Amino acid sequence: MTSSFPADRASGGVVATGLPVRHGARLRGSADLAYRRLLGGLAALVFVVVALIVTEVGRGALPAIRAFGFRFLVSTQWDPVADQYGALPYLLGTLASSGLALLMALPVGLGTAIFLAEIASPRIGTVVAFVVELLASIPSIVFGIWGVFFLAPVLRTMVEPWLIRHLGFLPLFSGFPFGLGMLNAGIVLAIMIVPTIVSISREVLLSMPRTLREAALALGSTQAEAIAVTVDAARPGILGAVILALGRALGETMAVTMVIGNTNRISLSLLAPGATMASVIANEFTEATGRLYLSALIEVALILFALTIVVNAAARLLVLWTTGGRRDVAEAA
Amino acid sequence: MSPKRPDVRRPLPAGGPSVLRRITNHATIALCVGAALVVLVPLGLIVWHLLSHGLRGLDLGFFIHLPKPVGEPGGGMANAIIGTLILVGLGTLTAVPVGVGAGVYLAEFGTGRFATLVRYTADVLAGVPSIVVGVAVYGLVVIPMGHFSAIAGGLALGILMLPTIVRSTEEVVRLVPQSYRQAALALGAPQWRVTQQVVLPAASAGIATATLLALARAAGETAPLLFTALGNRFWSVALDQPIASLPVMIFDYARAPYEDWNRQAWSGALVLLLIVTVVSLMVRLTLRRIPQN
Amino acid sequence: MKIPRNPMMAAIALASLALPLAGGAAHAQKLTGAGATFPYPIYSKWFDQYKEKTGIEINYQSIGSGAGIQQVKAGTVDFGASDAALSNDALKQMPRKVVHFPTVGGAVVIAYNLPGVKTALKVTPEIVSGIYLGTISNWNDKLIVAANPGVELPAAPILAVHRSDGSGTTNIFTTYLSAVSTPWREMVGANTSVSWPSGVGGKGNDGVAGVIRQTPGAVGYVELAYARQNKLDVASVRNKSGKFVMPTLASTTAAVESAAPQLAKDVRTPIVNGAAPDAYPIAGLTFLLVYQDQKNSAKGKALATFIDWAIHDGQQYADSLDYAKLPSGVVKVNEAALKNLTSDGKPLAASR
Repeated sequence: MTSSFPADRASGGVVATGLPVRHGARLRGSADLAYRRLLGGLAALVFVVVALIVTEVGRGALPAIRAFGFRFLVSTQWDPVADQYGALPYLLGTLASSGLALLMALPVGLGTAIFLAEIASPRIGTVVAFVVELLASIPSIVFGIWGVFFLAPVLRTMVEPWLIRHLGFLPLFSGFPFGLGMLNAGIVLAIMIVPTIVSISREVLLSMPRTLREAALALGSTQAEAIAVTVDAARPGILGAVILALGRALGETMAVTMVIGNTNRISLSLLAPGATMASVIANEFTEATGRLYLSALIEVALILFALTIVVNAAARLLVLWTTGGRRDVAEAA
Repeated sequence: MSPKRPDVRRPLPAGGPSVLRRITNHATIALCVGAALVVLVPLGLIVWHLLSHGLRGLDLGFFIHLPKPVGEPGGGMANAIIGTLILVGLGTLTAVPVGVGAGVYLAEFGTGRFATLVRYTADVLAGVPSIVVGVAVYGLVVIPMGHFSAIAGGLALGILMLPTIVRSTEEVVRLVPQSYRQAALALGAPQWRVTQQVVLPAASAGIATATLLALARAAGETAPLLFTALGNRFWSVALDQPIASLPVMIFDYARAPYEDWNRQAWSGALVLLLIVTVVSLMVRLTLRRIPQN
Repeated sequence: MKIPRNPMMAAIALASLALPLAGGAAHAQKLTGAGATFPYPIYSKWFDQYKEKTGIEINYQSIGSGAGIQQVKAGTVDFGASDAALSNDALKQMPRKVVHFPTVGGAVVIAYNLPGVKTALKVTPEIVSGIYLGTISNWNDKLIVAANPGVELPAAPILAVHRSDGSGTTNIFTTYLSAVSTPWREMVGANTSVSWPSGVGGKGNDGVAGVIRQTPGAVGYVELAYARQNKLDVASVRNKSGKFVMPTLASTTAAVESAAPQLAKDVRTPIVNGAAPDAYPIAGLTFLLVYQDQKNSAKGKALATFIDWAIHDGQQYADSLDYAKLPSGVVKVNEAALKNLTSDGKPLAASR
C-alpha cells in the first residue's frame, strides 16, 4: 500500500502492511519539540493576557490606593470637585442588587432545575431546557432596553405604587415610584442569572446517584420526598451554582447601568435609585478628568475584579467537589 | 416461633402516605412546574416586545442606510452591523489561534505545573467582568496607540472569547479516541503530525461550535467597546479608526429622547438577538449531526 | 497551518483587512471628536452639512463634556467639545496648550413633567437651588406656590434629575446655582461632576430628558434643544433684574450679547445670571477644545478650516435649533485664535 507521509518517501512511498518503525516516527524529533514549544507559547499567552490585565488595573489603581487606603472601602463621599473618593455606595449597591437578584432567582432557578432533572418528560424537558438556553444567550443590552422601556413603566405605574401603599411603612418600600432603581435592577439581574442556576443545578442533580432516589422511593416516600433527598445530597453543588450566579451578577454592567438610576447615595429603600461598581465605571470612565478621579475608578474596577475572582473560585470548588471532579459540569457555566 | 406481629392497636397505615404528605407532594411538584413556567415568562415578554417594537422599523433602509443627524428621521444602522461583524471577526482571529493552541497543549501535553497554571488563569479570565477587560485594553492599547480603534475593540472581544475556546478545545481534544492517535503513530507519523493532522480535524467540529458560541456571546458585548472601539456615525471599516457596533449604537439610541432613535434601538436589538440566536441554533444543529463516539 | 475553522469568518476577516487599503486610496480627511451633549443637535447638523459640502468626515461621539476633556488630554481624539471651559489650573494639567473656540450659545432650561399643570411654571433661584439641595421636596411647597399664584399644584413629591456623567451642562447649571445660592456654593460648588445632595442621575442631556419625559413629577436641567425635541414643559426663571424669562432664542442671545465685552477679553467668562433685563439667567457658551500646536498638519488644517466654516457659515443653522449665534466680537477673537494655530511651529493658515 502507498503511504503519503513524506517520511515514507525514502522507500518510494511503499509501506509494508506491518507496523514498521520509520525514521520520522521518533517521538521526540525536533519538529515535535518545536510544535510543543509553539503550543506551549500559545498557552503561555493566556497567562500573559491575564497577567497584563492584572498589572494594568493594579497600576492604574495605585495612586488612589496610596491616597485613600482603606478609607476607600468605607467612605461614601464621591466628590470630583473636592477630589475625594469613597466606593462604599457602589460596593453596597453591587452587593444589594446581586443579593436581591439571587433571592428572586434561586427559588425559580432551583425549581426549574428540579423540574428538568426529576419531573419533566424528555420532550417537555428539552423544550424548557431550550428556552432556558435562549434566555442565557440574550445580550445584556437587550435586557437593558427591555428594563427601561417595559419594566420601568410597569413598576412605576403598577407595582411600586402598590408597594408604597401597602408596605410603605417599611423603609424597604418607601419613596418615590420612579420605575428605575434597585428593584428594577434586581429583577433584570435575576432574569439574567436564572439560566446559570438552572443549568448547573440540573447537571449537579443529574450527577447524583440514582440509588438515592430509588432507596427513598423504596422506603415509601412520595416523589417530592425523594426529590428532597437528592436535593439535600446535592446541596454543595447547588450552593456552587448559586455562588457562580452571584459571580455573574456582580460583574453585569450594561443592563444594570440602564435601569438602576445612577446616584451615589445609599438608601434603604428598594424603590430608590442606586449604583453599582460596574455602573459607575461605565458611566464615568471616559470622562474622569483628573488623575486621582481616573485612578479611583480603576481602583473600583480592581475591587470588582478581586471580588469576582474570589466568588468564582469558591463556586468552582464547590461544584467540582459535588460532581466528583467532573470539569465538564463545572464548565457548564 | 412465629415472627412478632405488629401491634394491632395501632395498625400500619394502609393505602400509602398521609394526606399531608400527599398534599406536600403535589404542592412541591406544582411549585417546580410553576417555576419552569415563570422562567418562560420573561423570555416571552422580551421576544414579544422586540418583535412588536422592532419589526416596525426593520425595513431594507435599516440595513443599508447610515445614521442621520439628531432629529432627522430615516437613517439606519448599516455601519453598526458591519462594525459588529468586523469586531467579532477580529476577536475570533485573535482568540482562535491562541485558544485552540492553548487547548491542544493542555489536552495533549498538559500534566505539569505550567498546565495547571494555564488552566487556572483561563478560569480566572472567564470570570473577569467585561468592563474590567475594557478598562485594561484602554490602558494597554488605546492610550499607546493614541486613539480609539476597531483593533482595540476586537482585542477586547477576543480576550472575552478566549477562556471558552481554551476550555472547550481541551475537552473536545481529550474526547478524540486514543485509537486515532495510536493508528496514526503506528503508521509512522511524528507526534506533531498526529496532533495536527489527525486529532485536530477530528476535534474541529467541537472547536467550531465552541467558537461560534463564544462569538455569539461576544457579539452582544457592549461595555468593553465603550472604551476601545468608541463608535462612529459614519461608514468606517478601517481597523485603526473608531468603529460603530450594534450594541453600542443600541445603547446610544435607547437613551436618546428621540422617538425615531428609540424605535431604531428596538430594531437594532432585534437584529442583534437574531444574529445571536441564529448562530446558537446553528451550533445546536451541528452538534446533532456529529456522530457520537 | 491552522485549519480554517469557518470559511465565512476567514473571508470576512480577510475582506476587512483589505478594505482599509481600498479606502485609503480615496483619501478624504477624517477627524474624530468627542464631548459635550449640549451642542450635539447642532454639531450633528454641522458635520452632516460639512461632509456634503467638502467630503471631510467628522466623527463626533456625544459622550459628555468631561469625557471630551479627558480624551483630549489623553490624545485619543482630534478635538474635544465641552461647555465647561478649562480653568487655568486645568489648562496647566494638559500636555500642551489648549485653545478654546466658542461655537454657539445655549440655554440650560428647567424642564419638568407635571401632567395636570397647563400653564408654564415660574421658578425663582431659591426654588431651583432648594429643589436640588433637597430642601424643597414637594410640588406644592410654599415657595413654588408663592411664585405661581393661581396655579393648582399637586401635593406630589419632586424627583430632581441631574447628570450622572461629567457634564458641561452641569457646569453651567452649578455655576448658576453657586452664583445665586450661598448654601449651594459652600456645600456643593460648581463643576462638571458634583456630589448631588438629592435626586437621580441620567446619562447625557438625552438621558436626563428621557427620564423627565417618562416620569411624572420629575424636574431636571437640560439644554433647550433637548427640551424642545422631547416636547417637555419648560419653566421661566427669574433673572437678576427680577423678570421671569422664558428660555428662547432671544433671551439666550441677550445673555450672550450682554457679556460680549467680557467675552472678548476671555471667552471662558461664565455668562450666567446676566445683568441685561431680557437675559435668560442659565446660559452658556460651548467650546471646541483644540491643541494650539497640531501634531498632524493635514488634520490640523482640516480642523482649522472646519472651525472657520462653523463660526461663519455654520451660524446660519443656529436659529432653527434655538442656539444663540456668536456675537461679532467673539467671532473676531476666534479668527485671531485660528491664525495662531500651528503645526510643527508653522502656522496653519485657514484662508478666508
